[in-house]
Amino acid sequence: MLSIEPMGHVGLSIERVEDAALLTGRGRYVDDLGTPPGTLHAAILRSPHAHADIVAIDKSAALALPGVIAVVTGADIQDITTGLVPAVRAKVDARVIGTDRVRYVGEPVAVVIARDRYLAEDGAELVEVEYRLRPAVVDPEASLAADAHVLHEGVGANLVSERSFRYGDPETAFQQAPHQLSVTVHYPRNTGSPIETYGLVATYEPTDGSYDVLANFQGPFSIHTVMARALKVPGNRLRIRTPPDSGGSFGVKQGVAPYAVLIAAASRLVGRPVKWVEDRLEHLAASVSATNRVTTLKAAFDDEGVVTALDWDQLEDCGAYLRAPEPATLYRMHGNLTGAYAIRNVAIRNRVVLTNKTPTGLVRGFGGPQVYFPLERLMHRIAVMLKRDPFEVIRKNLIPADAFPYRTATGALYDSGNYQEALAVAARDGGLDELKRRRDAARAEGRLYGIGYTAAVEPSVSNMGYITTVLTPEERAKAGPKNGAQATASITIDPVGSVTVQVASTPQGQGHRTVLAQVVADALGLEMSLVRVVTELDTAKDAWSIASGNYSSRFAAAVAGAAQLAAVKLRGRLARIAAAQLNVVADDLVFAEGRVTSRHNPDVSLPFARVAATSHWSPGLVPEDVEGGIRETVFWTPPELTAPDEADGINSSLCHGFIFDFCGVEIDPVTGKLGIDRYVTMHDCGRILHPGMVEGQVRGGFAQALGAAVYEELSYGQDGAFLSGTLADYLLPTATEVPELTVLHVESPSPFTPLGAKGVGEGNCMSTPVCLANAVADALGIEAIDLPLTPAKIAALAAAGDEPAPPPGHDKPKASTKPGDRTMRGEGKAEVAAPPEKVWAMLLDPDVLASVIPGAHGVKKLSDTHFKADVTLGVGPVKGRYKADVELTDLDAPRAATLSGTVTGGLGNGGGNGRITLEPIEGGGTRIGYTYEAHVGGKAAAVGGRLLDGASRVIIGGFFSALARKAGGGRGGPGFLKRIFAMLGIGR
Amino acid sequence: MKPAPFDYIRAESLDEALAALKQYGSDARIMAGGQSLLPMLNMRLAKPAVVVDVMRIAALASPAVEKGSLVAPAGMRQAAMLARPGLAAEVPLLSLALPWVGHVQTRARGTLCGSVAHADPSAEIPLCLVALKGSVRLRSAKRKRSVAAEDFFVGMMLTDKADDEMIEAIAFPTIRPGTGYAFAEVGRRHGDFAIAACAAVVEQGRMRLAVGGVGDRPLARDLGALDGSALDDALNAFAWELGAGDDVHATARFRRDLVRKLGRQVLEQAAERANRRDAA
Repeated sequence: MLSIEPMGHVGLSIERVEDAALLTGRGRYVDDLGTPPGTLHAAILRSPHAHADIVAIDKSAALALPGVIAVVTGADIQDITTGLVPAVRAKVDARVIGTDRVRYVGEPVAVVIARDRYLAEDGAELVEVEYRLRPAVVDPEASLAADAHVLHEGVGANLVSERSFRYGDPETAFQQAPHQLSVTVHYPRNTGSPIETYGLVATYEPTDGSYDVLANFQGPFSIHTVMARALKVPGNRLRIRTPPDSGGSFGVKQGVAPYAVLIAAASRLVGRPVKWVEDRLEHLAASVSATNRVTTLKAAFDDEGVVTALDWDQLEDCGAYLRAPEPATLYRMHGNLTGAYAIRNVAIRNRVVLTNKTPTGLVRGFGGPQVYFPLERLMHRIAVMLKRDPFEVIRKNLIPADAFPYRTATGALYDSGNYQEALAVAARDGGLDELKRRRDAARAEGRLYGIGYTAAVEPSVSNMGYITTVLTPEERAKAGPKNGAQATASITIDPVGSVTVQVASTPQGQGHRTVLAQVVADALGLEMSLVRVVTELDTAKDAWSIASGNYSSRFAAAVAGAAQLAAVKLRGRLARIAAAQLNVVADDLVFAEGRVTSRHNPDVSLPFARVAATSHWSPGLVPEDVEGGIRETVFWTPPELTAPDEADGINSSLCHGFIFDFCGVEIDPVTGKLGIDRYVTMHDCGRILHPGMVEGQVRGGFAQALGAAVYEELSYGQDGAFLSGTLADYLLPTATEVPELTVLHVESPSPFTPLGAKGVGEGNCMSTPVCLANAVADALGIEAIDLPLTPAKIAALAAAGDEPAPPPGHDKPKASTKPGDRTMRGEGKAEVAAPPEKVWAMLLDPDVLASVIPGAHGVKKLSDTHFKADVTLGVGPVKGRYKADVELTDLDAPRAATLSGTVTGGLGNGGGNGRITLEPIEGGGTRIGYTYEAHVGGKAAAVGGRLLDGASRVIIGGFFSALARKAGGGRGGPGFLKRIFAMLGIGR
Repeated sequence: MKPAPFDYIRAESLDEALAALKQYGSDARIMAGGQSLLPMLNMRLAKPAVVVDVMRIAALASPAVEKGSLVAPAGMRQAAMLARPGLAAEVPLLSLALPWVGHVQTRARGTLCGSVAHADPSAEIPLCLVALKGSVRLRSAKRKRSVAAEDFFVGMMLTDKADDEMIEAIAFPTIRPGTGYAFAEVGRRHGDFAIAACAAVVEQGRMRLAVGGVGDRPLARDLGALDGSALDDALNAFAWELGAGDDVHATARFRRDLVRKLGRQVLEQAAERANRRDAA
């Protein structure tokens, strides 16, 4: 076998071949590729409710709109689709569209198909859906309660999976340890936020019953199987094609899968190609979220802080449906739950629950942030408890450098590393001593300054079998083994000897084409420009496997390695072809500088192109025992990735990089601002193929992690209303917010990958959130801290003592009781000239109500105390038409009544109730007092949450001021009525 | 995220714009930069039948200085104001606050009058106008009037402007002798809606604090010449009276704390600047 020489390109930061197109607007994204003639456009109508039965859907008004071709509902595709199968056998009805029930805000309810997207959205506004509300379950802990409303009756409970694991002897270790400590962490929901949202064009071909879907899907292509099954066709009747470019994914574009099924089925019904591009509102509400998780982690440790056992209790919230590959987020880290530490005794309880939130899926870091946050908070807390330096506690627990390859307690085989060296280099080159001096100086001045540390093992190249750890050994035996990580690469030589590389990966901006050209050019001794790389994938024509796709940081380690193996194999064949022509032995030949040359005699040489073209032009010159030299396809899977063993040991990933981060932060006690003074991140990702791209991965991952730590949260109200519907609510850090970063490296090549490389794309998403939290905890001297570290949260943690009381005469507002409680409360009063009896009569008179309910178009009296009306509500330019239902109860004529009502409409839905009191005043008038509670959901809550409180005050105040005006008001309390009248444009 | 159908009128003159407002009333919206209106159209939060673009009206483009005021007409972009030479000497508060308005990209399109018409409770330009006791010049086809800023903003996104009126210009009082100004804002990120924004004006020892992002509109309080704990008490009362609410970005308590603490910081800063100006 030839040695790999010379290495001209790999290891250099070569200019990316992708960039010329990307930087000049010539990227070819899914929306750029054009559509077949006759393509229709879809808009998706989505549930405004977290949990409701669909009582009826009226399509007629939408269908009557010119340009609207069809309105497709769950009932319409009932027969041609089925649910998406999850990895756990649970009777979860995971259809791609709500059919008789919706379980999260944003769940598709109807697809409106029209000539263009504008018309489709016009049509979506005209589809009338009648819902019957059900209680929503939002909190994972609350979902476990015996009386919690169950999302899926077929399962019988919201708990869909529970497994306990035991490795080593955790009970004894806990008994014998001198110290124990536990942390409980509520890890919030966030996501990856690619700039390009989901997009696809689906076509049904009736003549052979097949689907063609062009989608910016990222894999894993195990989901191809899930999609084909959901469309009720064999795999060869679902052709998935991916565009050449994808505008970021970070895992999230795995979640295009349900929409591929939905739009494909719709295309079949309308008999035309259908295109759908997700908008940002849809993306934030209903694409994919990382899991939120409640973890209690307990450690047993000695006086030095050496941890002898861990006890994990993880409660995973996968949202409303368990969609493949979930609950993979919970199991991806199973093999490395002991992190960078030599801990041999581990107990684990894993539970998965469903709640009325968007279903979860792949997001960069996948399971890592949720694990390292408690683990590294715990290490920090142990150090504080023992009054030791966290750096030393981390160092004492590290896996010894001579122990690699190291089998962890839970079954991972860590390939390589020298964690102690990485720590030492990071401390030295990152200036840890100086940072400590800065902290001490700041503290001496009374400033709030802290230092945080994190050590983390970054897994990459997932074992396709790790998810089966969720099954018991007996269930696994029944289902058959699942394992491996097939990477695929094909190299083709054309008749002029130029080289084309095709891989079953789906780059999202990373630079695959550059690195593959580097690797293959080096293996064949060519200039990079002679190698062209094609990365769009076509399941009908290309070599692929279930592991194909771009995820689990597998590109450098697995895909580039497979390409290198294919190149070396092809080179071996070409060497034998050349050897026959040059009369030398193949082993004597070197591929360099575009030629194939004898090692011993430089005059014995042929141009590479001539050798490469031989199989095309003169197959007769190819030795009989050489199988052509035109194309080589390699499927590579590492033997180390075995299925879970009988004791539930699982090597969940092939490669294990190492990260050590530390940072210094300062907190402004007034504004709660978190200032990052310095952030140092040390990486060992094995052999570095392209330093510039590795740095890009680290910086990009850091920026996303900063978002998760400080800015981003997919927020839900207690009622399941989605509250982060725009990028003014879901805050991504911009260049202004991301501080300068010190990036350091050591290199421990992986012995398990062809090129010695490991993944590096997700590490900071795992290490950075907890590193910042540790620093904040250090600055404030606090124990409990959850993300995101918002200014309000930090200021509350930093503040000492109670809030100053309101001035006399100012009622303290009724405290909002629980987090996520979005009830809006208000009160007011007005004095009117009419006596209470007259005001009372007005309250019960539909004509009066029609004139005082803001924007009422018509009031229908259903009974003496029950009214329905069409109303136009809003503030400023934001107006929507709603159906209102108002009822008066608890009547105490003419003194008091309770007014309750609901409104539903295009901008959302709301409800509330108020108590009205009528009090006679001197001179025959009445003092009207009111208090109310209201809540709003749907679009208004998702995109206008910041303004809702004020808007409801305006609208409700408007009702009472109109009532007062009708009753001859004008003697209002100081300022109040004047203001209300002014709001209504009266009295100018 | 496609808007509902609407007609677009690109007015070539003020009269044409006012005629359109007279004809369509509440069904029409003025577009003056579109940095708030367009997202609302695309999200279908607003569905006006007619959008009247006033940015091509030449007469509305250039600012003027008149009778102690800097007058910004409807067509003046925020970026143009920020780039105005000498703004810091003319209206110091505005030059302190404008960099906090959105981002360089949105300021390149957005107008000062558009921000005032939109009346977002956390917007900086309305806050400056209230803090400085500026005024809003309104015009309809049949009349012209000027409204004090404090009377113009009546609630969240609600103003004293009638449906057939547009803002022709806003007038910022220019700097007065012995007066100091200060501005501070806390948001999640730079350019975000303010969690709380504080503008202070201290003139001859008399303090005035205006706060945005906390109440349903920018509100100002004249605090006289208080100091020490009396000032703390006054700020505490003001903080409570603003009626802060919770949202996904911040708690009501945090907002009140910012009024108390950040409010005091900006007042002290403005007082110091006023003293320096006196000395100079």
